[in-house]
Formats: sequence, structure tokens, C-alpha cells
Amino acid sequence: MMAFPAASEGQRAQEEPEIRTKPGTRLRSAVCNTEVMVIAAPAGEIDLTCGGAPLIDIAKDAPAGASPSPDAAGGTLMGKRYVNEVGDLELLCTKPGEGSLALAGASLTVKGAKPLPSSD
Amino acid sequence: MNLMMLLEMAVSSHGDRVAVRCGDEQLTYSELFEAAGAAAADLANSGAEHLAVLDVSSPAVPVGLFASAWAGRPFVPLNYRLTGGELESLLERIRPSRLVAHDDRAGDLAAHTGVQVVARESFLRDSRGGSAPDSQWSMDPDAIAILLFTSGTTGAPKAAVLRHKHLVSYILGSVEFGSASEADASLVSVPPYHVAGMASILSSVYSGRRIVQLPNFTAQAWLETARAERITHAFVVPTMLSRIIEALGDEPANLPHLRSASYGGGKMPLLVIEKAMRVFPGVDFTNAYGLTETSSTISLLGPDAHRAAAASEDPAVRRRLTSAGIPLPGLAVEIRDADGKTLGPDERGEVHVRGEQVSGEYLGRDAGLDADGWFPTRDGGWLDAEGYLFIEGRIDDVIVRGGENLSPGEIEAVLLEHPAVADCAVVGIPDIQWGEAVAAAVVLSAGASASAEELKSWVKNRLRSSRTPEQIEFRHELPYNETGKLLRRQIRAELAGEA
Repeated sequence: MMAFPAASEGQRAQEEPEIRTKPGTRLRSAVCNTEVMVIAAPAGEIDLTCGGAPLIDIAKDAPAGASPSPDAAGGTLMGKRYVNEVGDLELLCTKPGEGSLALAGASLTVKGAKPLPSSD
Repeated sequence: MNLMMLLEMAVSSHGDRVAVRCGDEQLTYSELFEAAGAAAADLANSGAEHLAVLDVSSPAVPVGLFASAWAGRPFVPLNYRLTGGELESLLERIRPSRLVAHDDRAGDLAAHTGVQVVARESFLRDSRGGSAPDSQWSMDPDAIAILLFTSGTTGAPKAAVLRHKHLVSYILGSVEFGSASEADASLVSVPPYHVAGMASILSSVYSGRRIVQLPNFTAQAWLETARAERITHAFVVPTMLSRIIEALGDEPANLPHLRSASYGGGKMPLLVIEKAMRVFPGVDFTNAYGLTETSSTISLLGPDAHRAAAASEDPAVRRRLTSAGIPLPGLAVEIRDADGKTLGPDERGEVHVRGEQVSGEYLGRDAGLDADGWFPTRDGGWLDAEGYLFIEGRIDDVIVRGGENLSPGEIEAVLLEHPAVADCAVVGIPDIQWGEAVAAAVVLSAGASASAEELKSWVKNRLRSSRTPEQIEFRHELPYNETGKLLRRQIRAELAGEA
């Protein structure tokens, strides 16, 4: 099973949302079905949310009955890459859900890419 | 990051689609996932450090690739044409290993130390009959996904190291997830030990295309399979495309489903691609240039660029039909001289590339990237003013005549402009006066004629006299290996009178 540095220590309470991430880390939404994998992330702790609630270790179960906050319910799309404005954070959506992703309250956007012709 | 994640996503989005088909045998994405899991459990319990395959294409290849990723052991597709000492030396470098081999060869291979041989049929039967373990795969981006031995046309084979981060980066950067329709099918005729064979599995899985495997390429089998399986996409090496066109003769192609044909792995003769575009007018052609060490494609000449170049009267646009196109987004390409200085447009030098998918690493050697992450490809080439990349062959093939460095690719390009020349190879042969002399093997187009003297003055009028071949021999065809690489060593030996 993948290692998940900070959150797996179980010391962090809900009011302290910052998590450490590194490429390959898998996270899930606490309030919808969204799952992501970190492609790139800034160093240190980051405040990453989906549906308004902090993302959690993929091995953990989301609390029952939770739902995305109405102002963060734009949804995620399977296979899309989500980036912040600066471009140092990139997540791959590996399972879609109803919440939308944000870093420190700022919504992440889909990384636009021109489709390439099939090469193999 | 792990290649298994790509398959897991495919299962959750299109698990019931057929993932791979070979003859009458097929697996859906869900079945491929389960089989990979079962094979991963066996691999993890076997004590082997690698999973190798010595076989033509079959469903055992994608099962083995994903099983390796799941179990955290490198996958090693070996050239099934290797025998004896050559094979022994490669097996020695990857033991202890589990080796999936064609049933006919499994018995002989069992004698190798540190190698657990599994016949393909029993590997597939056990994998399909088993079930996926509960254990997850590692997401360590630096774990090795694939070891690919280079063809060794210029020396002992080296094992190129492709880590999960390189291959995942290549797929995320070049393939839109789930972009294929249920009817899309990709015909894979390159062998598993070629990087394009590996890349085609990953691209197809991520886009949701059905992989149709053609284990032993012949033009006739390719055409029959393409028709029967309603193939929409195909990758071929230039020699395959040439043979397919030849096999069609004057018959219409009759491949109504084929939309996209990509090619790479070697130099595409201008006459062949021009003819292919006429024979398959509705097909989008893409030239993909890449190396094993770069996780496959790094530069593309797309369908629109093909058509624009073919239709243009401007020589600078028209010559792009022989180019490798434009580097992929997210990758940087530079041309540098022997001192490492970056060169400008139209200046010839060595192609350097940098990007997340670029490994450049060989097993047991120092990292192949420089301090800034650039990989020297050992390919010679140049960029035109609009950034189209032209590849002129391996730097190691450069001819040194009287202290002057001559690029075979430059001389070949001029010879190929002659209307009677269908294919050619320029090599250096030993020469008492100059060290090396320029020699050429030339294949004339059917029905065309040209004398050696005529071709010599054709080159002399366009390039300097030092670049004019002193010796020209005519051939019916040039020797290529099965993945489209020109066998220059063989031509050099023949022209030098050593063969």
C-alpha cells in the first residue's frame, strides 16, 4: 500500500486541513466520489479541498451522509487534469464526483490540451 | 504513479469493452485487470525480480505488463529472434526472473539458471483462472516499469530503464482519457520488444481502444486482419507500409474503417509516404519520432501537416513530408553542436530533448541526462525556421572524410530527390587517402533508370564534391530489420567488399 506521510499519522483534526503531497499520492474527497492522483504539487503543506472539505487519504472511508458544499459542487471529470493558476499543482481525476477541487479556496481548472493525433 | 492506475481507470469507465484480441482469444478490460492481478500474485510469490516475455504478441503481453506493474517488478520484453549466447547474456542481466515463452521454446529455455520458465498457454490459463489480490500496487513514481534492451545494431544491447513516472507522463501528455469510441480498434503489428509495442498497449488502454494483435506481420495478414476486425487505427514501421502498398498492387485498399495510420521506427522514404497518401486518401497519416529512452514519441508530423506539405509548391514546406514534425507539448527539443552550443534554425547538430517522459537511463550506467535534464539522443538533425524537426540518422554513422564530418542523411536526402531513386543508404568505407570515402547503395524505382555517373553528378551539383559518393552500387532492396531499422553495418561491409 502506498505511504501517505502526514495524514496517515492520524494526528490531524478536521480544523487543520493542510496535507503534504508528493507525486503519486492518491487522495479522495470526503464529501463525494472524487478520487485524484497528485502529478505535481508545491513543496510543504497545502490546503487541498473537494466539495469544500479537505481531501483525505484514499485508504480512509469518507464520512457517511456528507455532501459537497453548494458553492463547491461543480463536479470533477474522469481523466481530466486539474491545475492551479500558478501551475505548480496538478491533479489527475481518477474517479469523478460532484464536488469541485480547490487549493486554499481557489478553484482548480481543467488543464486545456489540444488533442494530439494518435501516434501509436 | 503506476501503470496499473491507467488500467484501473479504464476498468471503471469501460470495463466491459474488449481490451485485447488476438485470433479468437480476447479479454475485456475487467478481465485484463483480474488476470493481471492473478499473475501479479504469482509473480510476487515466485521470488523472481523481473517478469520477462520471449514471444510474439499475444494477450500474455498486456497481462504480463500490468502484472509486473502491480507486483512492482520490471517487465522485460525480449527479442524472440535471439538465441544462444546473445539471449543468455540478456537473461543473465535480469535474473532471477520469471520468463513467459512460447510453448514451443519453453522446454529449451528451462535449462537457464535463475530463470523460471512458464509456457504462454499455462501463464494465460492460470492468470485468467485466478483472481486479483487485495494488495494494492506501489505508487512510487521512481519504480521501474519496463526494461527494454536496445536493438544493439551498433554494439552490445543496453537495457533502457523506463520508470512509471516516464510512461505515465507520456500517456497523460499525449492521450485523452476515454477518447475512443467502442468501435475503435488499433492493429498492433510491431513486436512487444519495441517501445512502440509497449506504448500502443498503454495508449489504447487509456483511450479505450480495442487492441488487435497481429503476432507475425505479413502484408496479406495485415490487410485481412484490418478488414475482418474493422481496424480504425494502426501503427506501422516504414517497411511494413511499403509492403502493404506493394501487396495491394493496383487493387483498391478496401479498408473503409481505417481512419488513422501512424508510422515511425525508421526513415520513411518520400516515395512511400506519397504513394500511401494516394492509396489511402481518407486516412490520416501521422509520423511519430521517438526513442526507446524517451518512452516512445517525442515529435509528431500530424495529418494536416502531411496534407499541407504534399500539396505545397514551396520546397521548404514540401520537404516537411520527410520531417519528424513538431515536438510534443511539454517537451523541449534543441539542436547542439559537438561543443554543446545550441544551434539556430537550419543548422545541423545533435538532437537533445528534455521532458517528464524522457528517461535516458541505462541499467547499471550513470544517468544519461545532463545536469539540466537534457538527453543527448545521438541522432543528428536540425529544426527549420518554424520548428519542424528533421532527423538525419545516428551521429555514430557520420562519415569522416579527410577530417571533414559528412552526414549520410544529408547525402541520402539529395539522392532521394532524384526521380529515379526509390531508396538509398550512404555509408563511409575505409579509404587509404581520406580515411573514409563516401559510398552509396541505391534502389531504383520500378521502370526507372539512372547510371552511377548520373547520380554522382546529381549530388555534386547540389552539394560539395567531398560529399559526392565515390562508389555507387545498385540493389533490388536495402536490408532492414523487422522493426524498420536500416542495417547500415551490413551495407558498409558489403560496399567495403568485406561481406
